[in-house]
Amino acid sequence: MDKMEITSAQYFALAGTNTSIRATIDGQEVCVPLDPANRHYAEIMRQVEAGTLVIQAAE
Amino acid sequence: MSKARQLADLGNVYDDGALSNRSRIINGAMVIDQRNAGASVDTTNTSSTAYTLDRWGYRVLAASKFTIQQNAGSVTPPVGFSSYLGCTSSSTYSVGSGDVFNIWQIVEGYNIADLAFGTASAQSITLSFWVRSSLTGTFSGAFRNGDGTRSYVFTYTINSANVWEYKTVTIAGDQSGTWATDNTAGLFIQFSLGVGSTYAAPSAGFWQSGNYFGLTSATSVVGTNGATFYLTGVQLEVGDTATPFEHRSYGQELALCQRYYTKLGGDALADIYGAAYITGSGFILDTLTLPVKMRAAPTGTKVGTWSVLNVSQPGISYVSTTTFVLYAAGTAIGQGTFFNPALTGYLTFDAEL
Repeated sequence: MDKMEITSAQYFALAGTNTSIRATIDGQEVCVPLDPANRHYAEIMRQVEAGTLVIQAAE
Repeated sequence: MSKARQLADLGNVYDDGALSNRSRIINGAMVIDQRNAGASVDTTNTSSTAYTLDRWGYRVLAASKFTIQQNAGSVTPPVGFSSYLGCTSSSTYSVGSGDVFNIWQIVEGYNIADLAFGTASAQSITLSFWVRSSLTGTFSGAFRNGDGTRSYVFTYTINSANVWEYKTVTIAGDQSGTWATDNTAGLFIQFSLGVGSTYAAPSAGFWQSGNYFGLTSATSVVGTNGATFYLTGVQLEVGDTATPFEHRSYGQELALCQRYYTKLGGDALADIYGAAYITGSGFILDTLTLPVKMRAAPTGTKVGTWSVLNVSQPGISYVSTTTFVLYAAGTAIGQGTFFNPALTGYLTFDAEL
């Protein structure tokens, strides 16, 4: 039933360490923490595992 | 209600173990609306669970069939209440087999751990609420576990159109299934505005395996253009007695809501500032504390165009359950500053279930 639309995802790093994912979810730019209990992070990882989303490396 | 009856109920509540903090529902009186501040929201199907009034989510599989608004229609709430959640049907929609139109609250596992669901010691629970609809008849709803493998569909009757009616539903606790007792989804409390056969239970009144939202035979609110369904005073407590609604202070209720969603800023005064002297490729990092420790590290969103000097628009670069970091890259050498404009600039943090 889930239809969360994630159109982009890129890691954000501070001091060389990934701290979050900057993503566009349902048309809104958000900062998603690397926390499995966060529903947006869980959905990102589900889509990554399904092969429908790639998280770009941090700049 | 007589004093004797009230005293008897009080005795039952004492036996059930709580004279205060009885309700597992947050924002049951519908007073907190951080996201929309009373504005109407059209229901969409673009997200897993979308939220309107604090803690109250909806799930629909066909968009724009009804709206949700705090105090929609501006009717007088039941005595003792100042707010309600109002749903208004946007069309005459024939519910398809795979359709779901639902409003719900997901109770965190920590807050139902004492119910001992999934064990032989499972406790009975009682749901009570005030409801008002332009339609009459049998309506349905459901209790459900977090992974959607156990459901209890219930029914209630609205006898008179456009009149607030008080309803109670008492059910035995579920002795089967898996029930979360941590910070994940523990118990769904669902009110159906229409459901198709895919997500409808064969019958109501008992725990069963499956992911059910209601009954197809129940009244379909989305089936009548302009139909209304209003709800307030929702309380869920352990035991077989529905006690009077336990009002909390506004501050208490807001703090409970902020465990799941927090809005910072957007008020009459700007209140989020960052500053640093920018040299070359420098930047501003501003670490701030959230007002309440959140259920999980939240998703952060920056809204609006902020006022900046010598730096880029700030963004949220890190969030935890207690803090977050704002980041703004330098654009010129000199004093760098950013702050949110009053009313239109704010941050949101979403740790909903």
